[in-house]
Amino acid sequence: MSEDAIPQLSGYSEAELDRAFAAISREVAASAAGLQTPEAVEQFRLQWVGRKQGRLKAISDAWLKSAPASAKKLIGQRFNTLKAEIEQRLDAADSTKHDGAFHADAIDITFPGGRRNPGSEHPLIKTLNELVAIFQRMGYSVGVGPEVETDYYNFESLNFPPGHPARDTQDTLVVANQDRKPLRDRLIMRTHTSPVQIHTMEQQPPPVRIVIPGKVHRNDAADATHSPIFHQLEGLCVDDNITFSDLKGTLDHAMKELFGSSVKTRFFPSFFPFTEPSADVQISCPFCGGKGCRKCKYSGWIELLGCGMVDPSVFGFVAQKQPAYDPKMISGFAFGMGIDRIAMMKYGITDISLMYSGDLRFLEQFA
Amino acid sequence: MKVLTTWLREYLPGLNVSDRQLADDLTLRGIAVDGVFDLNGAAGADLGANDSLFEMDITTNRVDAMNHYGIAREAATIYGLMLNPLETLLPAAKPGPGHPVRIEEPALCGRFTARVLRGIRVQPSAGIIAQRFALLEQKLISNAVDATNYVMLAIGQPTHAFDLDKIEGAIVIRRARKGERLKTLDEIERTLDPEDLIVADEKKPLALAGVMGGWDSRITPETTNVLVEAAWFDQISIRRASKRHLLHTDASHRFERGADFNAPPVASAMVSRFLLESGGHIEGDFIDVVIPEVEARTATRSSISFAVSEVRRILGPTDDPEGITASTAEGILAGLGCGLQAQAGEIYDVTLPSWRLDLEREIDLIEEVARVYGYNRFRNTLPAFAGSVVELPWAEKESVVRHTLLALGWTEAISSTFCAAADAELFAPQPNSAVAMGNPLNEEAGMLRPSLLPGMVNMLALNLNRDVEDAALYEMGTAFSGSTEKVDERPALAIGATGRAFGSADVDFYDLKGSLESLLAKFASRSLYFDALLLPAWLHPGRSARAALDGSTVAYFGQLHPAEAERRKLKQPVYVGEIYLDRLYKQALGQPVARELSRYQAVRRDYSLLFPDSVSWAAIEQALNGLNLVELRSFAPSEVLRDAKSERIPAGHFSLLLGAVFQSNERTLREEELQQFSRRVIDALEAVGGKLRAG
Ligand SMILES: [Zn+2]
Repeated sequence: MSEDAIPQLSGYSEAELDRAFAAISREVAASAAGLQTPEAVEQFRLQWVGRKQGRLKAISDAWLKSAPASAKKLIGQRFNTLKAEIEQRLDAADSTKHDGAFHADAIDITFPGGRRNPGSEHPLIKTLNELVAIFQRMGYSVGVGPEVETDYYNFESLNFPPGHPARDTQDTLVVANQDRKPLRDRLIMRTHTSPVQIHTMEQQPPPVRIVIPGKVHRNDAADATHSPIFHQLEGLCVDDNITFSDLKGTLDHAMKELFGSSVKTRFFPSFFPFTEPSADVQISCPFCGGKGCRKCKYSGWIELLGCGMVDPSVFGFVAQKQPAYDPKMISGFAFGMGIDRIAMMKYGITDISLMYSGDLRFLEQFA
Repeated sequence: MKVLTTWLREYLPGLNVSDRQLADDLTLRGIAVDGVFDLNGAAGADLGANDSLFEMDITTNRVDAMNHYGIAREAATIYGLMLNPLETLLPAAKPGPGHPVRIEEPALCGRFTARVLRGIRVQPSAGIIAQRFALLEQKLISNAVDATNYVMLAIGQPTHAFDLDKIEGAIVIRRARKGERLKTLDEIERTLDPEDLIVADEKKPLALAGVMGGWDSRITPETTNVLVEAAWFDQISIRRASKRHLLHTDASHRFERGADFNAPPVASAMVSRFLLESGGHIEGDFIDVVIPEVEARTATRSSISFAVSEVRRILGPTDDPEGITASTAEGILAGLGCGLQAQAGEIYDVTLPSWRLDLEREIDLIEEVARVYGYNRFRNTLPAFAGSVVELPWAEKESVVRHTLLALGWTEAISSTFCAAADAELFAPQPNSAVAMGNPLNEEAGMLRPSLLPGMVNMLALNLNRDVEDAALYEMGTAFSGSTEKVDERPALAIGATGRAFGSADVDFYDLKGSLESLLAKFASRSLYFDALLLPAWLHPGRSARAALDGSTVAYFGQLHPAEAERRKLKQPVYVGEIYLDRLYKQALGQPVARELSRYQAVRRDYSLLFPDSVSWAAIEQALNGLNLVELRSFAPSEVLRDAKSERIPAGHFSLLLGAVFQSNERTLREEELQQFSRRVIDALEAVGGKLRAG
C-alpha cells in the first residue's frame, strides 16, 4: 500500500471503525520502529502530524467528509486517541534524545548484585522455635533446665528405680568421680528433657502447662540418624481435669500446625516409666499424604513422638516438695519429641552429624 | 523377637483373622509387630496364607508377651477367644524320693523345681522343634538343650537341664563364696562374686542362677540321666549378676523383668515331655520348693481396688458417647486374667495374674483398659486453658541476640558439649574450673566445655580444611564450670570469623568490634568501653580487646593467638570472641526513646591533623567529649593514614581527617559561632598532641 493512499472505510458500525483505526495504529507503530536519530524523529513527526502534508489530517479530513452525521462523533473520538498515541511516541523519542548522553555511562546490569547476606538460622533452632511457638499459642510457657542432672532427677523421680531394666535404654554419660556418691546424687548428662518436668512441678503448684526445649546426651554410637548429642522438646500439662483424650487432641492439633491440617495422628500403646498409659504417636506422612514414599519407608506413617499420662508415682515424688500434686486430685500428660528428627524430616537432612559440624556449606542452605 | 503365626494359632484354634490383621491388631494394642514375613516362599506366595514370621518389638515392661503363649493370650483377649491349655501330662514316675533341693537364699530364689529323668538319649532334635527352629533361624544343639530353648520361646520360662551324673549330692541355691570359680557354658572361666546367686551341689557351683549354666555339668552326647531345673529368681539379683559378669542371656532377660511364679512346674513338664520322646523315664517325686513369702508378693499378691470413675477421670471421652462402661472394663480385665469382685458403685476388687508382675496399681489397670479398648477410639479434645503464659526471664533477650547476629551476617552453628583437656585449660574463663567426664565419648571429649570457644575454633578449622575460606559463625549454648561435686551452667555465646566473611576485605578486629557494638547497643547501659586489660591467653595480645558494659566484662574478642592458630595448622588468621551472656542478660533491653529532631541546618567541618602514633582514638574521643559542646552533634574519623613512606607524614605519626557535624535545636548556627566551635575543637585536639595541617 502506498504511503499516500487514503484507506477506505467499509462502513460506519463501531466494529468496522475499530478495525479501520487498528490498521492505522499498526501503520503508526511500524513507522515509529526506528526513531534513534533526531532526523528520524523529525521525519516521523512530519509524516503523521505535519501541518501541511500530515497523513493523520489527510485521513481525518477524507473520512469525516463522507461520513453521515451520526458517525462523525465516533470517528472524532477515535482520531483523538490515535493522535494521543502518536504524541506519546514523539515524547518517548524526545526523552531518548535528551538521555542519550547517559547511555555512554551504561552499566552491565547482569553483573551479580552486591549481596549483603544475613546469617543462616540453624535448621534445628528454626524447628525448635517453630515448635515452641505452636505450643505458646496453645497457652504453654517455656522453661529450661540443666544439662547436667543428678541421677534422682534424670531417673529415680521419673520412676526408673535403681537397677531397673528401663535404664538400659538410655546409656548415660557420667561426670568424673561420682562413684563414691550415693546413686541419687551422682551427676550425669541428662538423657532426656523429662527431668525438667520434675523441676517445674517442684517449683510451681498446678496448673502447669509448659514446654522445655533442650540439649540431651546419650552414650550411643554415632551413625547417620544417631548422635550422642541431640535435642528434645518436652511438654507437660497438669490440672485437675486433664485426660488422655486431651493429650490426643493437643498433640493432634500441634502436629497439624506443624505439618499442615491434612495430617492425621494415631496413637499406639508404648512404655515409658514416667507415664501411664504411655503412647507412641505416628503422623500420616506429610510428604506423600499417606500413600507411601521413601521418607515414610512406604508405610504412609511416621513415628514422631512419645507421650502419656503422668504416672502417679511421678506425682508422688513431686509431692514430697509440692503436696498439691496429689494424684487423686489432679492428672496430667507429658510428651517428648526429638527435634533433630523433625528437622531432618522437614529439610531432608540425611546425616544428623552435619547439624553439629559447623560446616558452613551445610548451614548456609538454610538462609 | 521372632514369632511364628502357625505356633500362635496352635494355641488359638478359634482365630479366624489373617496374619496381617493380627499384626495390625496386636500393634494397636502395644504388642508391636515391626515386620510380617510370609513363610510360604517368595515364588507365588499366597498373601492370604496364615503362615508368617512376625518380627516383634515388645516393650521392656511386657515380659509376659515375650513368648508365643503370651502373645496368643493377648490375641485371645482382643478377639474374645479361648486359649488352648498347654500340654503338661507326663507318664507316671518310678516311685522314690526326688532329688533333694535346699534354698539357702529364699529372698532371691522364690521357687525351685527339680525333676530327674533317667535313660534318655541325647540326639539331634527332630519333629516340631527342628521344624520351628529352622524357621526362626535358631541354632539346634541337641534334644535336651533345644527342649529348654523351645519352652522358653513357647511360654517364656527359662529352664535348665543338668547332667545328673555330674551332680554330687543335693542341689543348693546359695550365694557364691569368695574366690569360687565356675566355667560357664560360653567356656569362660569366671571368678564368682559373693553377691552372685548360684545353683550348686554339695561340692561345687553348677550354674550362675538364672543367667547361664555351667560347662562341667552340661548335657553331652554321653549324658543319659538329666535333672531338669525350672525356677523363679528375684529380678534385681539376676540383673546385678548379669551386669557384673557382662552376660546378658535370654534367661536373664526374662528373670530380670519378672517371671511368672506359677510357670516353673509347667515348663518342667513341657521340657520333660520332649526329652522322654527319646526314651527313658521319670524317677522319683517332682521336687517343688516354694517360698511362701515370695509367692505372696507375686502369684498371690493382694488384690487392688479399681474404680470405673477413675478410668473416666484419667482417660476422658471416647468416640462412642457412652464412653468406657463398667462392663467394657470388666470384660477387658477378665480377659487379661484378672479376677474381678464387684463392690459398691462400680468399684471392683481385682486379683492380678501371676504372669503380669507389671500390674500393681489401679493406674496399671486403667492403662490395660485403654490399651485393649484401643487408643484411637478416644476422642481428640483440648483442655480448657487456665493460668497464664510465663516467659523465661531471658527469652526475649536471647531472641534479640540471635536475630541481631543473624542480621549482621553471622550464621548459627552448634558444636559438641565436650572438649579436649588442653582446650578446656586454654579457654576456661577461670583456671582449673573445667569439669572432667567419667566415661568420655572419645579422648577429644574428656571435659565439659568451659566455654563455647573450643567448639568454635574446631568448626572454623573444619571449614578451612574443607576449603571454605570465608566464614562467620556463632554458637549460643551452655558452658560448664565448677567441680565434679557441683557443676555450674551458664548461657554462653562464641563468635568466630575468617576470610572475606563480610565483604571484599578480610575479616579484621574491627568487624568483630563493630558486630559487638551493634549487639551491645540492643541492651540498656550507661557505659560501654573497650580496653586491652587482662586479655586471655588465647588472644593475640596486640589485636584483641575486652568489652565492658557498665563496668562489667561482657566479652573478650580479637585475633586468635598466632601460636594457637599455628598449632592447629590454620592456614589464615581467624578472629574469635566469647560473650558472657549470663552477664549481658542482667542488663535490660534498651528501650528506644524518640528525641526532638532539629529543624535547623547541620554544618559539617573537616579537620586534618597529624598525631604521634602514641595517641589513641580513645584519647581524641575523650578530648572532644570533654568539651561538652551540645552543638557538636557528631564526629568521626573519615580517613587515617599511617604510611611511613609518605613524605607528608613524618615517621612515628599518623594523619587524621576528622569530620564533625555542628547543629543546634534552637537556631541556625552563625559563621562566627562555627568558627568559635572549630577553634575549641582544634584546641582540644592539640591538647592531646595533634597538629593542625596546613590546607
Ligand atoms: Zn510418605
